[in-house]
Amino acid sequence: MNLPARSCDYKGHGGLCCTQVVQFGVTIGSETVLKNVNLHIHCGELTAIIGPNGAGKSTLLKALIGLIPHSGELHYLDAKHNRSEHPLFGYIPQDFSFDRDSPVSVLDFMVACRYRFPVWFHVTKSHQKRIEKSLHEVGADHLLHKKMGVLSGGELQRVLLALALEPVPNILLLDEPVSGVDQSGTTLFYQLVSDLRKQYDLSILLVSHDLNNIEQIADRVILLNKTVLLNDTPANVFSSQEYRTAFSLKDKVSE
Amino acid sequence: MIMEFWYRFISILPFDWAQPGQFFFMKNALLAIILISPLFSILSTMVVAKRMSFFSDALGHSAFTGIAIGILLGWVKPVFLAVVFSILFAFVITLVGQKTKQSKDTLIGVFSSIAVSLGILLSTWGGKSFTKLNQYLIGDILSITSADLNSLFIILLFVLIIWWILYNPLLVVSVNTDFAISRGVRSIWIEFIFSALLAITVTLTISWIGLLVINSMLVLPAAASRNISLNSRQYHRWAYIISVFSGIAGLLVSYYLGSSTGATIVLLQGTLFLITYFFRRR
Repeated sequence: MNLPARSCDYKGHGGLCCTQVVQFGVTIGSETVLKNVNLHIHCGELTAIIGPNGAGKSTLLKALIGLIPHSGELHYLDAKHNRSEHPLFGYIPQDFSFDRDSPVSVLDFMVACRYRFPVWFHVTKSHQKRIEKSLHEVGADHLLHKKMGVLSGGELQRVLLALALEPVPNILLLDEPVSGVDQSGTTLFYQLVSDLRKQYDLSILLVSHDLNNIEQIADRVILLNKTVLLNDTPANVFSSQEYRTAFSLKDKVSE
Repeated sequence: MIMEFWYRFISILPFDWAQPGQFFFMKNALLAIILISPLFSILSTMVVAKRMSFFSDALGHSAFTGIAIGILLGWVKPVFLAVVFSILFAFVITLVGQKTKQSKDTLIGVFSSIAVSLGILLSTWGGKSFTKLNQYLIGDILSITSADLNSLFIILLFVLIIWWILYNPLLVVSVNTDFAISRGVRSIWIEFIFSALLAITVTLTISWIGLLVINSMLVLPAAASRNISLNSRQYHRWAYIISVFSGIAGLLVSYYLGSSTGATIVLLQGTLFLITYFFRRR
């Protein structure tokens, strides 16, 4: 069963601000990757996007931040009901590949992302203080002077999360944020994300295959396969026929 | 004025050529090395970080073609046409590299082959001798004039200013381009500007360094430096020290051996790379 479609005026759940995705579509070459995607994402809510491989989950996030051209519209409505076409996104990509031999420290990279004063010359005291504070918030104080190339998957994620949270975004987009991280690291990371959502009243859009953790922390679950099949509470989505159909192939393999 | 000061300053050195009133070519060359080495060390940090050594090599080839065309047209200073030509070349490769799924390596290889063979064809057409272009292959730092030194100084200043303004976004792009774009960095412009800086530098210095070794000087300082560096400041500092040391030592050694300066410098840099390789830090 579906909940009635909710508009941004709906105040019964979550915060007051809201992001509207209207009729989103992405076509790459001759292939339609996404079509007719309509979403309302409320502040303070963690929305998980699930779907089979090739469903267009990562594509949707990339289209939202403008990495991929798309059709349709994006509206952001803040708590004072000011409209904007371009909410501020924080984004952690699925695949953050880089040259691990490169002599770039975590401090270098974070300063380079945020400030203009050239890191090859000097890192100012005040910049370093602010980076230290950001790392502290994600429990990664000890990584400050480490070379990017020696970070583990989980450590890299924390650094990217710290970057995504400053300036505090309107919407935080996390694409498979725990691939390549062990089980305890995964749970810790989800716990951290869940805490941050409450602390900053963030909208979080999370693409993940980790269905167990999603059931624990997500407020809503979107079942995506080229378009939105379901948009409901975790319990409702996971018990639905559509969910079983979408993942049927996977079930047969694992059973 | 400045040159007078330089000649006087250098006369305190205990070398026979450093005495007043003689060997101006050597004194000019030393000043040239002092300007070129930091320039190349700065650019090399990004050539290596962005894995663009093949690209910078191709830039040398396109500069060569530009010079060949300039000579054909009877230009006194063919190097200006060469600058335009290699900037164009850099833009086309950057743009095509963004638009197609072809491997960038293959693309650069194709463009570079076309450029260099076009240059050779044009300059030998009708049975002309190639010797006029030899100086661009081997390079001769001793041929540098005080006017050349002025333009070198201006390029160095220009690159330093751009490096001051654009280094941070360039660093983010070099780590992960998609991530940079997602944070609002206009990566294509950053890439263009960096490519243009490389193109200008390579083209203007090619007649002193030589096509055959110029790319080594754009790769080796940073390649050696990254072995022993953990952050951007160490990376730049070591690349600078290695570049300036091999530059000055290479010039002096080549003077007494009577060998090509460019090749001598590169051999020293290569040696320093091997040494730093055994002292790698993680």
